[in-house]
This record gives sequence, C-alpha cells and structure tokens, in this order.
Amino acid sequence: MASSSTRYLVPLGAFLALAALLFYGLGLDPSKVPSPLVDKPLPAFALESLKEPGTMISSEVLKGKVSLVNVWASWCPSCRQEHAELVRIARGSGVQVVGFNWKDDRAAALEMLRRFGDPYALIFYDPDNRVGIDLGVYGAPETFIVDGDGIIRHKRIGPIDGKVWEQEILPVIKKLTPKG
Amino acid sequence: MSLRLLLTPALLAALLAGGPAAAFTFQDFPFDTPAQERDFRDLTSKLRCLVCQNESLAASQSDLAQDLRKEVYAMMRAGKSQAEIRDFLVERYGDFVLYDPPVKPATYLLWFGPFVLIGVGGFLLLRALRRQGRAPEQTPSPDEQARIEQLLAAADDRQEPLK
Repeated sequence: MASSSTRYLVPLGAFLALAALLFYGLGLDPSKVPSPLVDKPLPAFALESLKEPGTMISSEVLKGKVSLVNVWASWCPSCRQEHAELVRIARGSGVQVVGFNWKDDRAAALEMLRRFGDPYALIFYDPDNRVGIDLGVYGAPETFIVDGDGIIRHKRIGPIDGKVWEQEILPVIKKLTPKG
Repeated sequence: MSLRLLLTPALLAALLAGGPAAAFTFQDFPFDTPAQERDFRDLTSKLRCLVCQNESLAASQSDLAQDLRKEVYAMMRAGKSQAEIRDFLVERYGDFVLYDPPVKPATYLLWFGPFVLIGVGGFLLLRALRRQGRAPEQTPSPDEQARIEQLLAAADDRQEPLK
C-alpha cells in the first residue's frame, strides 16, 4: 500500500503541531491581561493633582489632544526603569505625557520626579486606588493612549523602552494624529 | 546543595515573619447577617486576582486583591447584586476576572475544544477498529506455513526440559 508508509508520519506530524503550539505558548506572558477598555471612552473622573495639593483635575482636560496616560508609582522598579524613556518622549515627540500616580505616597512620588526628571504635563494623584479600579489598572507601569475624543486607543502593560516606543506606541499615535 | 542549605532558613524566616502579618481575614469585612457574609465569600472565591492569577480574590494576599475586596464589600453593602458586581469588574478587567468564563465566540475553543478533540479521537479509534475487523484473514503462503511450523517445533523443543 502506498499510504502505509506515509501513515506513520501522522503521529509525528501531530506531535510537531502540538510542540509548535506549546512553544508558541511559552512566548506568551500570562501576566498581560487584555483590557476590555480599549476603544472605549476613558471613564470620567476627577482626582487631586499630585503637584498642586488641593487642586482637582478632571479627566476632561485630556480632550482635544492625544495623550499618553502613564500609570506609575515611586515604589515600582519598572516605572523607574522606563522613566528616562518617558522624559525623552515628553521632550522629543510632542505627545502630551500625563501621569497617573497610583497607590503611592505624595512625598515619595515628588522625590522621584525631583531626582529623575518630570516628563508629565500634569499628574493625577490616586493614592487609594479609587479611580485605578475604574481604569482596570492592576499593576504599574501601565500606559494608555487616549485620543482627542477621550477614547482609549491602546493599552501597554509593562515598561516602555525605545523599542516599545518605536514599534508599539508611535504607530498608534501616528494613526491618531491627522497628517499635515 | 549549599545554596539550598542557605535558602531554607531564610525562607522559613520569611514565612514565619511575613505570613501572619500580611494575612487578611474575613473579620475585616463585617456583615449584618451570616448569609451576606456567605455571599461575600462565595463571590470573591469565584473572582480571580489579576496579580496572583492562580488565586481567587478571596485567597490572595496581594495589595490589589485587598483593594478589590474592599470595592466588592462596599458594593455589597450598598445593596448591589452579585451579578451587578460581577459585571462591574468584567467591564474593567475583562472576562479574565471570572473563574467561570462565559460562553461566547472568543471562548468557544475553550469550552468546546475538549469535546471536539474527544469526538475526533473517538472517530479515528472507531474507524481503526472497524477497519481491523473488516480486514480479511490472510492465509499464509506455503513458504510462511513451513516457517511457522519450523518455529513452533523449535519452541516446543526448547520448552521440553521445563515440563
């Protein structure tokens, strides 16, 4: 029989397919949970400003401009890791970088900005995770790209570095920014 | 080996020192009736912690889990139903927070994949068995028949001393 010689290849093929599937699975990061908020409006909120105690900032101020809303905290090592990149982005790209200081202490947060630079046009202060839950934040750093209409267009979980900026963030921002 | 020797006391110390201090109890969340408390336990044990993903919201010691427990507690005190609270969390964190994900196109593979696999496997098994049953008995050729008899005779001879 002609098929009998190829028949023994079927288990091998099945094994290779399974191995490929499992190998692909190894590359996935289970700590990255896709956000259901992408392509939905940013929930409306108002929080105290980190830099000006007592002043409330409404999420309305984000309207009219593409913003990078970066969730950070001074206790978070990965936030410190990405901080220099955020400073670079704020200085060089023209995108508005907005801070969302999460479950942090004001003095410690301001100290971190004093030492490593302040990339943020404004900073929401959410020490008790009041608004963080509404945004589906479950770790820091997380970064939302919010368009001029206040719609969340992308969510990055984990630190931003040069490569992430070039390959993941910038293309989304370019798509949102009208040409000309 | 030496590393393990070094690590064990350190781990034990960490467990002893950190364990009880970080533990949360349901006493932090007082309810008026035992039924409400049971509902709270029931609901939080069906929700998944996003940080320690193999732990339920009821079991996790992570800081975020505590925040979410507080949120669930506040909503229950405000009279929200279990379904409302579940929807609230799904809206923000996705189906991922549910240990029992809903049946919808994105989860068809998860729900029905095993049955499809069993079906395909069963079909292949049945086909193989049926084919085997249908295979005609082959009569050995004269050469093979001679060889068989020769082998049987040799086996008989060898077994003789054992009897």
